[in-house]
This record gives sequence, structure tokens and C-alpha cells, in this order.
Amino acid sequence: MLMKYIPVFKGFDFFPHDLNLPFMRFKGQALIASIVAMAVSIALCMTLGLNYGVDFKGGSLIELQTKSGNADISSLREKLNALGLGNVQIQEFGTPNDVLVRLEEQPGGESAQQPAVQKVIDATSADYVQRRVEVVGPAVSSELRMTGFIAVAAGILAIVAYVWFRFEWQFALGAVVALTHDVLLTAGIFSFFRLEFDLSTVAALLTILGYSVNDTVVVSDRIRENLRKFKKMELNQLLNLSINETLSRTILTGVTAIAVLISLYIFGGEVIRSFNLAMLLGVVIGTYSSIFIAAPLLGYLGVKRDWSDAAAKAVAETKTSRAKA
Amino acid sequence: MLQFTRTKIILILLTCLAGFAVAMPNFFSKETVASWPSFVPKKQLPLGLDLQGGAHLLLAMDQDEIKKDWMNNLRDESRKVLRDAKIGFTGIGIQGSQLIVKLAKPEERDAAIKQLDKVRQPIGSAVLGTGGYDVEVAAGTDPGTVIVKPTEAGLRARISNAAAASIETINRRVNNLGTSESTIVRQGTDRILVQFPGLKDTKELKALIGETAKLTFHEVHPSLSAEEAKQTTIPAGYKIYPGDKSEGPSEYLLREQPVVQGDDLADAQPGFDNRTNEAVINFRFNQSGARKFGNFTKDNVGKPFAIVLDNKVLSAPVIREPILGGSGQISGSFDIDSSNRLAVQLRSGSLPAKLTIVEERTVGPSLGADSIADGKRAGIIGGIAVVILTVLAYGTFGIFACVGLVVHLILTLALMTLIGSTLTLPGIAGLVLGVAMAVDANVLIYERIREELRAGKTAISGIDAGFQRAFVTIADSQLTTLACAIIMFWLGSGPIRGFAVTLTIGILTSIFASVTVVRLLISFWLKAQPKGRIQTVPV
Repeated sequence: MLMKYIPVFKGFDFFPHDLNLPFMRFKGQALIASIVAMAVSIALCMTLGLNYGVDFKGGSLIELQTKSGNADISSLREKLNALGLGNVQIQEFGTPNDVLVRLEEQPGGESAQQPAVQKVIDATSADYVQRRVEVVGPAVSSELRMTGFIAVAAGILAIVAYVWFRFEWQFALGAVVALTHDVLLTAGIFSFFRLEFDLSTVAALLTILGYSVNDTVVVSDRIRENLRKFKKMELNQLLNLSINETLSRTILTGVTAIAVLISLYIFGGEVIRSFNLAMLLGVVIGTYSSIFIAAPLLGYLGVKRDWSDAAAKAVAETKTSRAKA
Repeated sequence: MLQFTRTKIILILLTCLAGFAVAMPNFFSKETVASWPSFVPKKQLPLGLDLQGGAHLLLAMDQDEIKKDWMNNLRDESRKVLRDAKIGFTGIGIQGSQLIVKLAKPEERDAAIKQLDKVRQPIGSAVLGTGGYDVEVAAGTDPGTVIVKPTEAGLRARISNAAAASIETINRRVNNLGTSESTIVRQGTDRILVQFPGLKDTKELKALIGETAKLTFHEVHPSLSAEEAKQTTIPAGYKIYPGDKSEGPSEYLLREQPVVQGDDLADAQPGFDNRTNEAVINFRFNQSGARKFGNFTKDNVGKPFAIVLDNKVLSAPVIREPILGGSGQISGSFDIDSSNRLAVQLRSGSLPAKLTIVEERTVGPSLGADSIADGKRAGIIGGIAVVILTVLAYGTFGIFACVGLVVHLILTLALMTLIGSTLTLPGIAGLVLGVAMAVDANVLIYERIREELRAGKTAISGIDAGFQRAFVTIADSQLTTLACAIIMFWLGSGPIRGFAVTLTIGILTSIFASVTVVRLLISFWLKAQPKGRIQTVPV
């Protein structure tokens, strides 16, 4: 059969498995650092605010491409500023012949947005082709802001409910803190670097939640298994062991995801660049949080030690009888 | 775990084969696919507007206008009902969202309420017990007054009907653009989503749906001009309308109740006036319109009448002779484009209320093509990176994992094709990310196998335990991601949804492709080895 022709060789096991890094020794420092980082992120979002894109702020975005040669941004700026449309932002977009024009939301409600865009298009149509137009009115932008916020919150809740159902409340609490940490930190970085925060960033945040909880679940699964296996081991030691045992997987999966995301970031085009950036940040932050927040929190909260089948059955029975009542 | 029954093997292979067949057309151009024999599946994934280029417009109806129109109608109807019943009244006025009728004789109030009940219309279904009326008629606080007030449910029903009518009208108007298929659907109570793939210029589309195009013919006040009326009082039943043209009066005093309306038009075509060489619209009334217009012109020879479009007077010609044939000509300051457009709008009927564009997302075809190229390139490079990493890390078993990934990708595409979802740019990102997540399943399994082998298990039992132990973790982690994806789909709009769909399908297929298929491959490999001589597991 075909299988004869497949070369037989072992993979390169890059990871020294007997390393046993003392993660739990630094749990206090890690937690404090994370709390500080979260506080800074909240402060940044409150003071600097998020740099909302058109989706959330309302207004218009027009992507233009020159008919020939490079775009002359300064003359374009002069021309568009003369239209009296308030603050007009113009920036190069990807290549020297692509420009992105942003108009702030025009005063005068829903019907005032379209004429402003038409003015820009009329003023530029001699030298530029319009590649993309996005106009979001005041009502829609506030709705999108609302649903975006709800989506992230609902995402966290759904995940926590699942973790609670599958594990114990301590695991769920660890997960919710880790996830909140991931979302806050990503938002904080977006705020600090004035990166554009729009609908695609929300999609990225939701995916980050998924990825981060994926990591957390893998570690939690191992913790549960070890709790059954080593009934007498000291909890912190057991948590440390579990993190170490899953570390090679955590790193390899992380590296694969980052490789894909970097490829998307570099080659995937300008339109989804901010999405990919958010994802890249999120994968790093999410990996950190499952190792340094979710698991160590269990060391503080304590967990049920008896995971034998009999005990599990008893718990399940009380749960169903409670549900019936 | 490594034993597969013959039926199971056949089922797995058949699933893969079916997936291949369904996904295949997506790798070829439309033309190539069309030339295939008829028994081959040909359905391709439709591209989203961001990849194909096109316009996405979200329109909102002007609710206030609908309300105002309704109140005016109610006032006219109430007036008619009371007159027919010979109940005297001193005035009917609109106050906020209610109509106040002042009766001449307070003792006639009960009779008036009984008559005014006729303007009510039942709404909802009596079967479901939601029956009710769109208007409430009740005695006012002052003696001799009756209050006619639209109900919440009545207003909702009215807005809902207006939205449905708007969709019909937009459909008819847009059909005249002659380009590919458009989608026009209702969103929420008062919004309409128009999607137009492949549209190059949205200016014409916006102009077409941007006007209500309510055409009416009015009687001009025989003696009073608008200026005179403003200085004294505006006679009952008359209203001042602004003019549209630079020449002629800037305002007109017209009877508010139109003689004929645009609804009575049978046809409207753009044309030219032979004498002035101006662009005009030639129109023809239907039978009832022709009769009404004929009677009116017969009675008013020598007097002017006004042609009003969207509450602006286009022209006010003098009737030279009765127009009995039912056809006529509208002139205004038209050019060829605007007369063409107006003719389309008049033929398609008027919109119940003005529509405002509250969201627009338009992508030019060149950007769409660039996005596809970028997405493909990024996907291929990302895929190669994943393959190199996996094979480096897991050797022969890494190759099996890559085969699993290809199956995963193809099945995902096949499922998307089957359920008829559209491929968007975030969708491509979701596809690529799905690959990374699918690799995670293999990483979990292989790391576990290594662990079991380190713990001293024999080759086969180590592989077996690896799959078994890792499966719980894989299911848990995939299910949480699934929860996230479902929330995204449920709450998200546009781009987020496309991403969520691909992510969800990717998760579902990854369990089959990265676990089952890879396990089958490994069991084939084990069988191909000489008996009892598996010393090293190539992982």
C-alpha cells in the first residue's frame, strides 16, 4: 500500500520535558502585575478613550486609488479641507497610490452624511477611483457599539457557564478573570497606540476569548486529571506540574497560530490588518493569562480534592436532585 | 481505538470523497465549471460584497412622515364621515398624536363617536386573540369633543405595511438598473437592507431610491395668490406649496386634496418636447385617473392647475381645453438623466415615506479582486508555515496531520457550499484560523502520545492512550470555541457573521478531519508495518 512510501522519521521534540519551571513560585508577582496591567488598561480607556472606527463613531470612510502615479496627499488635503466638512483625516493606505479619507460624523443627523461623501467623491473623481465607501449614521453606530459590547460580554458569560458546567466554580472564576484580563489588555493596547477599534476588532476580541479559554481548558483538564492521579500532592505543586506538562502543547499551538496570523498580517491585505493585529496581541496575552492567571488563581481559591468516580457521582446526583427541586 | 471496522472505513472515505466532490467547483473558474458534465456538482460559494464588489445600503423609513400622513388621512376621513351623517362640527384639529373633533352640538357626541368608529380598522388576527383596532375613538375631556387617537399597535402595523410597500417599490425601481440580482429585505420594523453585488456606481442607485416620487395634480386657488393668502388667512382646505423652478412664482396656493394622484398613472416615459426641445415626461392615466382628470379639466377650462412632485410644484399650466384622452406631459427643469429617472420612479410607484441611508458599505470591484488575491496568498503562505512546523515537530505523524488539515479545509469549504453561505474577507481569515485551531487537536494528541511513550508504554498502547486521553480535552476546548462562535453569529452583523460561520463549520469538521481521519491514517500505517516490529513511533 501507499503507506510504504511515506518516510518514517521522528519529529524534533524541541521541548525539554524535565524542565519543571517554577511558575507557581511567581504567582503572586504575576497576579499583581496582571492587576496593575488591567488597572492601567481601564485608566487608558477612560482617559485616552478608544480610537473608534467608523463603525462605532459614525461618519464616513472613503478609500481612493489614483488613476495614475502616486497620490499627492498634501494637495488632496488642501482640496478636501476647503469643502468645509469639519475634520478630514487623510492617510496613505498600504501602497503609495491608495489613500484613506475619513470624515467625522456631519452635524444634521442621518440625512447629512451622504451629501458630504458625495462632495468628496465629486471633488476627487478627476484623479481618483473610489475603491470603498463606508458611511455609518448616528443611529447605526450607537447600535453597533451596543451590540459589540453585548457580544463580548455574552461571549465571556457563555464560556464561563460552560467551564462551570464541565469543571468547578473555581475553574470558572479563574477563566472569567483570565478572559476579562485578555479583553481589557487588548483594549488598553489599542487605546495606548491609538489603533482603530471597530467591528472587526470586536470579532477579534471574541476569537481571542475562544483561543484563550481553549488554553485555559487544556490546562484545567490536566489539573483535573492530576487531581485524580496524585491525591496527596500539595496543590501548588500539582498546579505547577500541570502547567509544565501542557507547556509543550501550549507553546507549539501558540507558535502555529502566530505563524498563521503573521502571514495574514503581512500578506492578507490592508483591509483586515487591524483584525490580525488584534488577534496577534490576543494570542500572546491569552497564552500568558492561562498560565499565569487562570491556573494560579486555583492555588488561592483551592479546589475539591476528591475527584474519584464515587464522589463525582454523588455530586452529579445532588446537582440533578437540586435541579429537579 | 485504532481498530476500524470495514463499514467505518468506507463511511469515512465516502465522507471525504463527497466533501471533495462538493468543494471541487470552488477551485475552478465559473466558465470551466459550466463546461463540466451535468452529474458533477457545480455549486460554487458565492462571494460576499467585500470580495466581489458591490453596494450594501441600509435604509430607514421616516416614521414621522408616515405618522403625519396618517393623521392627515384620518382628519379627512373623519370630516367625511361626520358630513355624511350630517353631524355638525366646528373644527377638526391635529394635536400631537391625536385628532380633536369639536362638535357643534355637544349632545350629539355619542352619535358622533358611533359614526367615527367607522374610520377604525381592525388589525392583527382575531384567531390569535390579538385583534384590536388601529385607532381609538373616545370622548374628550371637554364637553362636545371627541378624540381620535392611533394606537401603538396600529402605528406598528402601519409602519410594517409601509416597509413592505417600500420594498415592493424599490424592487420595481431597481429592476430598471438592469444589472445582476439584488437582495432587498426588511430589517427590524422600519429598516430595509438593499444589497447590490457588482454595482459600479452607487450614485444612480441612491438617486433612484432617494426620492419618494409622489406625483399629484392639484387645483390652484382661483383668485388668491400665495402671498395674499399669507397676509390674510389661508382658506380652509388649501395649502401653500413651494415652487420648484427658478422662473414663475416661488409659492403656490393649492387645494390640499389632489385631483389625481400618481397611483392612477398607467405609464410614464421620458421624451422631448417638440417645440422647446426640453426633456419631458409623457404620462398616461389609467381609466379611473383619466375620468377624474377629464372631469376636472372639463369644469376648469381657462384656469391653471398644478403638477406637484414630492410637495414641490413642478409647473402650473393653464387648462386650454378639456383633456379627455387621459395622457399628458410634464415639463420641469429636467435633463435626460433626471427625466429618465423620474419616469422609472413614476412607473414603479411612489414610496410611502422618504428613505434615508443610515449605513452604506460599498466596495469597488478592483478592491474586491485585490482582497481575494491577498487572502489567497496569505492563506497559502500561512498553510505552508503550518505544514513545515507540523512536519518538523511530529515527523511522519506530522505528515498525517497535514493530510487531516487538507481534509479539514476541503470539508469546511464543502459544508459552506452546501449551506449556501457566502465567502467574505473575514471568512477567509476564519478559514485560515480554523486551520490553526485544527492543528491544535493534533498537537494535543501527539504531545499526549509522546508523554505516554515516555511513561514507558508500548508503541500501540501509547498511541491508543494518546488519542483517548486527548479527546476529552479536544472536545472541551472546541466546544468552548463553538460557544463563542455561536454568540458571534447570533449578535454580530455583516463581517462578524461571516467570520463566525466559517469558524463554526471549521470546528465541526476539525473533529472529524483532525481526529478521525488522522487516526485512520495511523491505523493504516500500523498495519503496513511488519508484524510486531514497531520499535519507534515516528512522532
